[in-house]
Amino acid sequence: MINLIRFIQKHHVLLLFLLLEIIALNMLFRSNAYHRSAAFTMNSAVSGVFYRMHKSVTDYFYLQQTNEQLAQENAYLRQQLQHNPVLSEKDSLILNDTIFHYIPARVVSNNVQFRNNYIVLNKGYEAGIEKDMGIISPEGVAGIITGVSKNYAIGMSLLHKFAAISVRFKRNGNLANLSWQGGDYRFGIIDHIPTHLVVNKGDTLITSGNSHLFPEGILVGTVEDYIASDDGALNQARIRFTTDFNRLRQVYVIDNKHRSELDSLLMIRVDE
Amino acid sequence: MNNFLRHSFRFVALIFIQVMVLNHIHIGGYVNPFIYPLFIMLLPFSMPHWLLLFLGFGTGFTLDLFMSTPGLHTAATVLVAFVRPYIVRLASGAPLPESASEPTIAVMGSRWFFSYSISLIIIHHLALFLLESFDPQHLSDSIYRLLLSAPLSEALILMLVYFFQPPRKR
Repeated sequence: MINLIRFIQKHHVLLLFLLLEIIALNMLFRSNAYHRSAAFTMNSAVSGVFYRMHKSVTDYFYLQQTNEQLAQENAYLRQQLQHNPVLSEKDSLILNDTIFHYIPARVVSNNVQFRNNYIVLNKGYEAGIEKDMGIISPEGVAGIITGVSKNYAIGMSLLHKFAAISVRFKRNGNLANLSWQGGDYRFGIIDHIPTHLVVNKGDTLITSGNSHLFPEGILVGTVEDYIASDDGALNQARIRFTTDFNRLRQVYVIDNKHRSELDSLLMIRVDE
Repeated sequence: MNNFLRHSFRFVALIFIQVMVLNHIHIGGYVNPFIYPLFIMLLPFSMPHWLLLFLGFGTGFTLDLFMSTPGLHTAATVLVAFVRPYIVRLASGAPLPESASEPTIAVMGSRWFFSYSISLIIIHHLALFLLESFDPQHLSDSIYRLLLSAPLSEALILMLVYFFQPPRKR
């Protein structure tokens, strides 16, 4: 016993160091499990207030850019209205409109320089945002909500180790999985492309609609490079995201009204 | 008490600069300076080692709250606080003189401070980038980020130190 006390006395700094590191690493690895801990969701409310101050100043620098972006989006939407005068005849469009609701939100904090990047939005569960909803920017897919507090929500952007989304080649409808390997925030990667699939530079990728997070057909990126593997089995493609993550300001959170229904349906199928 | 206030003020100021300004700097998605370890660097020599560790924990945790990266900065800063006394010994090469009270340029000289701060910055950044990617595949990526970010952090730290604690005229 005396030896133990003596040991602790002699090495108290080292023991304290190890203890504090274990606490820190424990926090780190817990939070990396897909969903963030509740404690840090609460904290996003605290730091959210702080970031809003910062935002209220810096927003002015980007007014012109934001205006342009919104004007472009308006133009695009108007054009769509013109080209689809018979909305009611197309069931899928109506279906899309009633199933998916878009909640506009502003980005209060966002980064691109880390391996795992998070977006903080200025709306929370009061505005109807829930965990696991998709986030899109006017230019394309941006991320997935991982936690909400009353007035703020935090989401992982596509620039995250665990953010892999199901996409489709617009040209031929083939499915693929898009992920981000770190490094340059403008480019993601598609793994495991079978050799028979012809991929051209500039091919457009859209959301597949398989995940219930995003409606089908939202822009994700374009093919930048096609990387043939050495053994000729499964190839890769480098994808340029259409969303510029470094300029993310105005986003929409997608509320899938049928999600709980779809989820429980999938559960039933699993239980079988 | 005066000392306590001075260090508290420095703490708030460094966190503020880090969160409001530097976290928004990311050149090419790789370069990202961190200056908040300066708080740990400038604590007085007489501070007990266990208190250093606790302060390192607190500093890192505060940063983590703002950056929503639980544990990441905490782990790196605790490591910095742990190795600080060893780096002090290493940088001095000899037992500290009796008159040495604080690890500042005015007391210890600029050459000493440079080797002291760059060592701690490299340890901090390396731990931070490695823990963040936590993937042996991205080792080269982490080293690359270290090589780009550490000089910038060090330059900013030296600028701050020269500005607020100029070396004594000889």
